[in-house]
Amino acid sequence: MELNVEYEEGNRSRFRNLLHKLWEPYKHVPLLGLLLAALVAVLLEMLVGQPLARLLGMSKAPALFGVIVVLKTPILIPSVLLYILLIYALPIAITARLTAKLTNFIAAKLFNTSSGLSILIHIAFLYAILHLWTSISDYRLLIVKLTLISIIITLSLNVINGYMGEFSCSHPGFIALGAYTASVFTIVLFVSENQFGEAVLPPEWGPFLFPIGLVLGGIAAAIGALLVAIPSFRTRGDYLAIISLAFMFIVVSLFNNLEIVGGPRGLSNQPDYANLATIFVWTMLSIWIINNFVRSTIGKALNAVRDGELAASAMTVDTRKTKMVAFLFAAFWAGVAGGLFAHVIRYINPGTFGIRKLAEVLAMVYLGGLNSVAGSVVGAVGFNMLSEALRPLEILKWIVIPVMLILLMIYRPTGLISFTELDPIALVKPKSMTEGEADNATS
Amino acid sequence: MPLLEVKQMTHFFGGLRAVHDYNLQVEPNQIRGLIGPNGAGKTTIFNLITGVYDPTEGDIVLENDTIKGLQPFQIASLGLGRTFQNLRLWRHMTVLEHVKMARYSKITYGLSGAFFDTPKRQKEEHEIEQLAYDLLDLVGIRHLAGQVVTNLPYGAQRRVEMARALATEPKILFLDEPTAGMNPEELVQMMEIIRRVHQEIGLAIFLIEHRMRVVMELCQIIQTLVFGEVIAEGTPEEIQSNPKVIDAYLGKEVEV
Ligand SMILES: Nc1ncnc2c1ncn2[C@@H]1O[C@H](COP(=O)(O)OP(=O)(O)OP(=O)(O)O)[C@@H](O)[C@H]1O
Ligand SMILES: [Mg+2]
Repeated sequence: MELNVEYEEGNRSRFRNLLHKLWEPYKHVPLLGLLLAALVAVLLEMLVGQPLARLLGMSKAPALFGVIVVLKTPILIPSVLLYILLIYALPIAITARLTAKLTNFIAAKLFNTSSGLSILIHIAFLYAILHLWTSISDYRLLIVKLTLISIIITLSLNVINGYMGEFSCSHPGFIALGAYTASVFTIVLFVSENQFGEAVLPPEWGPFLFPIGLVLGGIAAAIGALLVAIPSFRTRGDYLAIISLAFMFIVVSLFNNLEIVGGPRGLSNQPDYANLATIFVWTMLSIWIINNFVRSTIGKALNAVRDGELAASAMTVDTRKTKMVAFLFAAFWAGVAGGLFAHVIRYINPGTFGIRKLAEVLAMVYLGGLNSVAGSVVGAVGFNMLSEALRPLEILKWIVIPVMLILLMIYRPTGLISFTELDPIALVKPKSMTEGEADNATS
Repeated sequence: MPLLEVKQMTHFFGGLRAVHDYNLQVEPNQIRGLIGPNGAGKTTIFNLITGVYDPTEGDIVLENDTIKGLQPFQIASLGLGRTFQNLRLWRHMTVLEHVKMARYSKITYGLSGAFFDTPKRQKEEHEIEQLAYDLLDLVGIRHLAGQVVTNLPYGAQRRVEMARALATEPKILFLDEPTAGMNPEELVQMMEIIRRVHQEIGLAIFLIEHRMRVVMELCQIIQTLVFGEVIAEGTPEEIQSNPKVIDAYLGKEVEV
């Protein structure tokens, strides 16, 4: 018996050693190396994805790593796994490892030239990957667009519910305000249809003026936020949750009764301005600005207010102003996201922005993790994937997801990645070089 | 002219008269003490002067201007720094972040700097950080700068409170039982820090203490508070020999 145990333990540690040995070289793969490897995988899929999928008995290449196939036709699970192994896992693993020296060298060169430039190049790489990956399937493109928009929404709500530690339910309302404002802006100006009549401006101008529409949507949401913030932050106490919930319902019924924007029928005919590039740029912009904010001492005042308002005010922090600014700031981004959303779906109605949207947004924030930019990205991506994967369950999905969230709340109450700080400069640093070597590379 | 003057301040919590006809004059570079039994109203006096509560009656004047009715953050910005009796640290923040936070009202880069990470912001954040490190040196916890405060021992947490209050650049520092809960070794170190702050920065200090040794060694003038009223005011020697004080307060302590 004892021997047996020892044998098993030996086996397990041998397994662990093997894993460790396999993993070791990857510790020195810089982010640039991973991006390059992902690019290779994506190119490979473009070249041989379709024939390989057919060969494996699937009708076409699995759109989202096969998450949907798995539930729909379980018999194809081995094929899906093999596909992922051959198209993604192996090519990425091999490329990342073989090019580690090269990518480290390039990453160091870039880093020493300018860390800002290096970050931009990494982002461009990421865009190239997404662009190619989404080019082979419209469904994939749609999911990626919606996921990017979800990132903006999740991040902005995290500012309130995570960084500031208040509980706000008004996000669907802010998204709706942004969606309607941006839609009216583009439809009135650039589209000839029945609701608002002839286009006012030449439609060719539309894509260039679209950002103005999005910003106006953001501002509309921020004005809505002001209406919530004034009564909520006047005195200490938990008024925000209830006032913001009321606000959400008021916005829905407002749009239901506004015939000029279609009432319950909603608004359609939004022009197709929200292409992947536009959404990607706005998402990166929101991550950059929100991350800057929460890392500044002004932004960290939110944490101080959350963890002890009395002490914050004794340390010269204007607590009320801090809360108001953060709340309006978050609402602005929710509004921008709403404008993008309206131009992806190209149809909105008041029902879209109800309690179900609220549940989704809250789920993404709490899944990803409070007080964490990386967490919000993970939460938005994870939730959208999960939500698509469970689509075949239809209505049951809305039982499975809440149950998973409850389990999460029990075992990881603050989410997957919580209370971290995202340092973009550390992210793009080369991995194998020590500080000294990096310095030498410059001279 | 006194730096801070409190005139005939009275405060009621509902029907409870917590402070009655309280007067105070703090001169520049003076160390003053406030002693009294539990529940005498000492912390309430701190809270009234620092704007946490608005006094029912009376006036508070800092350098010729009344500060009564101002918000706590405004009073703090005007030069009234404080620590708390029951530590009020921000549980998710590091020691360095605590000290930097207290520079909030002096930050000039504004929201544009916060959103766009401008060079001005980088420069200013760097300056704040240097200042914070200097203060951490002063209280002797520079090596803990990166730690989240909840991981620290009690004595170190009290020092964080101290460094944080100093970072607001106070003209007067209010210390609410700065040595409470400390062991004898930590106590000696904290007294040394208070002395250093007084001598090196030249601050006026107003401190509440239960430990007679601390008050008697540090303070130039001491008030004794019982049931919200000052029953005696004077030098440590005068206080120690005052029969009213011995009767109401010190006597019991000696017995214990
Ligand atoms: N916010 C409040 N509301 C009502 N009563 C209060 C409040 N704060 C303090 N009190 C009461 O006022 C009295 C004075 O309290 P205070 O905390 O000022 O005493 P203290 O002298 O600081 O005592 P200790 O030595 O225990 O710290 C006590 O009776 C207390 O219960
Ligand atoms: Mg007290």
